[in-house]
Amino acid sequence: MTDWTRRQIGGLAGGALLAVAAPHIVRGQGRAKVVVIGGGIGGATVARYLGDMKSIDVILIEPNSTHVTCFFSNLYLAGLRSLASLTFGLETLAEGHGITIIRDRAVAIDPAGRAVELRGGTRLSYDRLVVAPGIAFKFGEIEGYDEAAAKIMPHAWIAGPQSELLRRQLESMDDGGVFVIAAPPNPFRCPPAPYERASLAAYYFKQFKPKSKILILDAKDKFSGQELFQDAWSRHYPGMIEWLPSQFTGAIKAVDVAARSVVTEGETFRAAVANIIPAQKAGLIGEKAGLTDASGWCPVDPVTFESTLQPGIHVVGDSIIGGDMPKSAFSANSQAKACAFAIAASLTGSPQFPPHLFNSCYTFLAPDDAFTNALTFAPEGGRIKTVKMFISKVGESAEVRRRTAHHAVGWYSAFTADVFGGGS
Amino acid sequence: MTTPIPRVMVPGSVTRNEVFTVKAIIQHQMETGLRTDSAGKTIPRKIINQFVCRYGELEVFRADLHEAVSANPFLEFQLLATENGRLEFSWREDGGATYSLFHDIVVT
Repeated sequence: MTDWTRRQIGGLAGGALLAVAAPHIVRGQGRAKVVVIGGGIGGATVARYLGDMKSIDVILIEPNSTHVTCFFSNLYLAGLRSLASLTFGLETLAEGHGITIIRDRAVAIDPAGRAVELRGGTRLSYDRLVVAPGIAFKFGEIEGYDEAAAKIMPHAWIAGPQSELLRRQLESMDDGGVFVIAAPPNPFRCPPAPYERASLAAYYFKQFKPKSKILILDAKDKFSGQELFQDAWSRHYPGMIEWLPSQFTGAIKAVDVAARSVVTEGETFRAAVANIIPAQKAGLIGEKAGLTDASGWCPVDPVTFESTLQPGIHVVGDSIIGGDMPKSAFSANSQAKACAFAIAASLTGSPQFPPHLFNSCYTFLAPDDAFTNALTFAPEGGRIKTVKMFISKVGESAEVRRRTAHHAVGWYSAFTADVFGGGS
Repeated sequence: MTTPIPRVMVPGSVTRNEVFTVKAIIQHQMETGLRTDSAGKTIPRKIINQFVCRYGELEVFRADLHEAVSANPFLEFQLLATENGRLEFSWREDGGATYSLFHDIVVT
């Protein structure tokens, strides 16, 4: 094992090293160092906002050179957007925001020694650590569904190769086939997304494979935005989408990959294409580092996002127990900003503000029919609680929905610019 | 406007004189007649107002449904079979349309 020195930083970091020259005395020892694990939405946002403060050294650890956004990836599945248009490099964070990026995977955390170990053997010390590991799957809860099975029955719940696989399967499916979506139990990443996926797959089928059907086998008895979805399904795709709650099927027990079938307590369903979205938990490094509780998720302080289990380590994004906040990219971004300001306050004495937490989501029912929600949250009694909320209603005019779909596209550009840099 | 999809879950074979469970669901919006559209006009009521299960000629289960019942009404009930026969499930919609399914039960 080697001690990490600046010379060992990859080529991406070149610009960043020049940008961090302004001296700022912390604890009389030089600049404070924050290590961020995970270059997804939460991690990239923390890194970017800390980097912009120019008073802290920020190191982002991420094995991939690019990030594919889960949000809008259902549009890709329906053939409405390219995957390239959902893919963001991390270079702008390094070049424009003073962040050092290390292309490696964090394999262990030493909370007592305040250090992170990377797969490449490097040991990185930190003053504060931010862990943004996203989600992992509880393989094994559905018998026969594991990582190998996911290569045949994709989950497509982490965007990228899995999305491409599912898209290829939908494209090669015969007209008249049944596309089965197994929707996961709560809590999971992006609550409306399985149903948005059904909507947009139906849009694709309606044009190219109109005899096809979509069957949603749900682990739940109700779902997010249910009334809005069911209204849209009857307007746009009558007779095409069938949703079966857990109380009807007795929930999914097993999959038979070879037979392409999904086994519930009461019945076995044959699928032309099966999209199995398993139950979820915090990303694996969270569990390894002792950041998760019995629920499999990471409990945090709702003001600073510091772990309640491991002092000095902050956690943001889908992996936390977020109270009323859904596991969404926008929530992760909002938590990440609050976390960055809390870290800066503790390391540099910059002012600490009470966190203002938001979520804003757009969900497509068809290319020109989208709904939206906007929520504000605040910590209360150690938990994040909803303060105000807006959600689109059933019965809105086609014009309102068209405008919402148009706003969604603008939201996507502005939001991704905020996360990955390039915005102001 | 909607195209309801009915579905039932019944065991493939049942034991004589032993109670078994039947589950029935229909994909249906259950428009209550209490909502208005974007122009302020009332959306007319359209719900499944009755569900009936027959065992051959015999009516063995019936439910009258009202506006307060959720979309995709789900019913679960128990039956007892004495001999092979055909179960008929029918859902009646406001306006008179009915949606039906049949299921043959084998008694062992």
